[in-house]
Amino acid sequence: MASADLLRGEGRPASLPDELVAFAELLRTEGLSIGTAELLDAIAALGLVDWRDPHQFKGALAATLAKSQQDRRLFEVAFERFLLARTAIRARDHEPPIPDGQQVGHTLGEAELAALRRRVAQAIAGFVAGDPQAEATLRDLARYLIAALGAGGGSVGVDLQLIRRALDLRPEARPTLEAGDPRREGVPREGLRHFEALLRRELEAGTIERSGDLPQARPLVELARALPTRPLADLAAVQRTVAQLRRRLASGGQERRGSRNRHLHLDMRRTLRASLQTGGVPIVIKERPRRPRRPEIFVICDVSTSVSAASVFFLSVLHALHDAFRKIRSFVFIERVAEITELCEREREFKALSERISRTAGVADVSGYTDYGRVWDHLRQLIEDDLDSRSTMLVLGDARTNGREPGVGDFAALAKRAGRVYWLNPEPRLYWNYGDSVMRSYEPYCQAFECWNAGQLEAVVRELTRVEPRRV
Amino acid sequence: MAVTTGQAGAAGQGLGGEDAEAVAEGLAAVGYLAGPETALVSYLALRLEKPVLVEGPAGVGKTELAKALSRYTGRPLIRLQCYEGLEEAKALYEWNYRKQLLRIQAEHEPGWREVEGDIFTEEFLLARPLLQAISASEPVVLLIDELDKTDQEFEAMLLELLSDFQITIPELGRIAARTRPLVVITSNNARELTEALKRRCLYLWLDYPSPDQELRILKMHAPQLKEELARKLVEVVGMVRELDLKKPPSIAESIDWARALVLLGANDLDAATLAQTLSVIIKHRSDLETVAARLGLSDGERRPA
Repeated sequence: MASADLLRGEGRPASLPDELVAFAELLRTEGLSIGTAELLDAIAALGLVDWRDPHQFKGALAATLAKSQQDRRLFEVAFERFLLARTAIRARDHEPPIPDGQQVGHTLGEAELAALRRRVAQAIAGFVAGDPQAEATLRDLARYLIAALGAGGGSVGVDLQLIRRALDLRPEARPTLEAGDPRREGVPREGLRHFEALLRRELEAGTIERSGDLPQARPLVELARALPTRPLADLAAVQRTVAQLRRRLASGGQERRGSRNRHLHLDMRRTLRASLQTGGVPIVIKERPRRPRRPEIFVICDVSTSVSAASVFFLSVLHALHDAFRKIRSFVFIERVAEITELCEREREFKALSERISRTAGVADVSGYTDYGRVWDHLRQLIEDDLDSRSTMLVLGDARTNGREPGVGDFAALAKRAGRVYWLNPEPRLYWNYGDSVMRSYEPYCQAFECWNAGQLEAVVRELTRVEPRRV
Repeated sequence: MAVTTGQAGAAGQGLGGEDAEAVAEGLAAVGYLAGPETALVSYLALRLEKPVLVEGPAGVGKTELAKALSRYTGRPLIRLQCYEGLEEAKALYEWNYRKQLLRIQAEHEPGWREVEGDIFTEEFLLARPLLQAISASEPVVLLIDELDKTDQEFEAMLLELLSDFQITIPELGRIAARTRPLVVITSNNARELTEALKRRCLYLWLDYPSPDQELRILKMHAPQLKEELARKLVEVVGMVRELDLKKPPSIAESIDWARALVLLGANDLDAATLAQTLSVIIKHRSDLETVAARLGLSDGERRPA
């Protein structure tokens, strides 16, 4: 089996730990965080399963290395790619999967070619008929062809052409050929296409392997992504920072709120325990620790085109906030504002969330340009009554009004009711107030920060921790 | 939080089976049909003595897996149900201060030293699930259910337990596990668990079962249901899960549905039967409407079962 092959490593210096480390390295470039502990676990797990069974082998690795659904998907692809790269090498260096024992040279005789052609045609027919084995056979054949024809040295396109020409398999029937030749009947088009796709993959894997460095290619992330369907690579950093923000907001303002005595709830259990020291007479009164208050957060996030570059970041922040806070309501806006709190609570996955937002949240009317005036007006109707001094408003947006009414009055009214208002602007401070940016009109009512990556978010949180936020 | 003793399964003697297949068979024997991955991870967890983190949508049998493991291994199940605001005193241990108080008052003129040594002993300790699991004399299965509902701080507290299987009590010192419990942690993915916790666990993603597997599960739990009907039921449930619902039907609900159909003596899953029984698997009004629209049931046909 291929996986066992990968690890037997005859004649090659690579041992199991080496290969595993290389594989872990590949996973790390995809953004999985894999430490030594995980690797040790993986090795221990591999010691317990049957390597000849590819499902068990892979399952053991997956259970120890990829610990979320997102990671699982990346793991699947990376595993496949790693294995391909390894087995392609082996197919070239070692015996071919053809049992006939023919001499393998870099050029094949016509008879051998005919035999090969028959096998390929057979396997393709099997594949089209839905034979579960056919896929593996096709892959083996592809590897064999690459090795036998001496392909896999040049560019993928050239090699593919070489093999295609040698095989000369076509979908259309060619009655001029002798009976028994699979080309006479023609080969099903879809099967042929699938086989060529396999060939291409094998060739690519070989190229990656030869060039020495591990298949880092582009991160899978980039391939799968249209608009932000994946959080920032440093989502972990955002999450960490948001956790800090949470602590900050939880304790915020409390230190100034009068003397200690204003908060006195008797803690019966601890008081009685303390009374043990005085023979059961409660002399020392213990009070309940101050409950960190639960901040109520209102996040209002711009998702218009002018901030599209920053929207991955914004959505990541939103996502992380939902992980950290229980009492949070989220809104997105372009021309209109739409509440997405429920969406965020239901959709745990970034991709689904962002697709959901773009599909279901009614945020734009016609133009797709931000209309702050209308947004603040709507928002006032939506949440003004829910805001109080414990609530924090967090606005993520660039304050570019496209020449429309900024609605400062409404914003001020909102800010007045809310305990604290922060504005994170994805543009450098230098660009504020140029063009249609009206940051200046909002600034008196909120604390504004420039912020478009995790590093800056951290700075913002540090800033919040240092400077007492002023009450507006 | 109750300790329930599972009836000792056939394989209860050893520490799990010889390989993943043996575990799968063992689990099936106690009424849990595990997919290959589930069996493999359970097997690894038993052999490596590592905690398992099970994630997946609600109602795919995450909790059930822990119970089945308890039955299969014949170990008692200790369950810690997590909720928002769960704190150490409820999860780990608490001093039984009433008893301590009584102890002090019962003896007049006690020397403080003796009393202090006296009242901070295990006798006055109220063991909560986590401490129970650690100090049990025989190995147990510890189920930490819906960990995602707790705060991140609580998770941090678990780390010592999960990696070293020990708990530190200031007055008593370290309590190390006498036996290693098999820990199963479930999460509905309401929030991302921390890296530190994941690092210490094996990971299992449980998804809705494949139609074949669900069919087998139905057969196991509602054997009277006709094959043909069961097949249709699985098909409908699968389709309903594809829809954009507030709460997609879980396995438990498809079992309920199967049982309801048996009770009603239904022979076919036609429009009328569907309309009557749909509320078994759909629990939200808006969901009901979505599904009804998709299945082409008009409003008039839909009545509560």
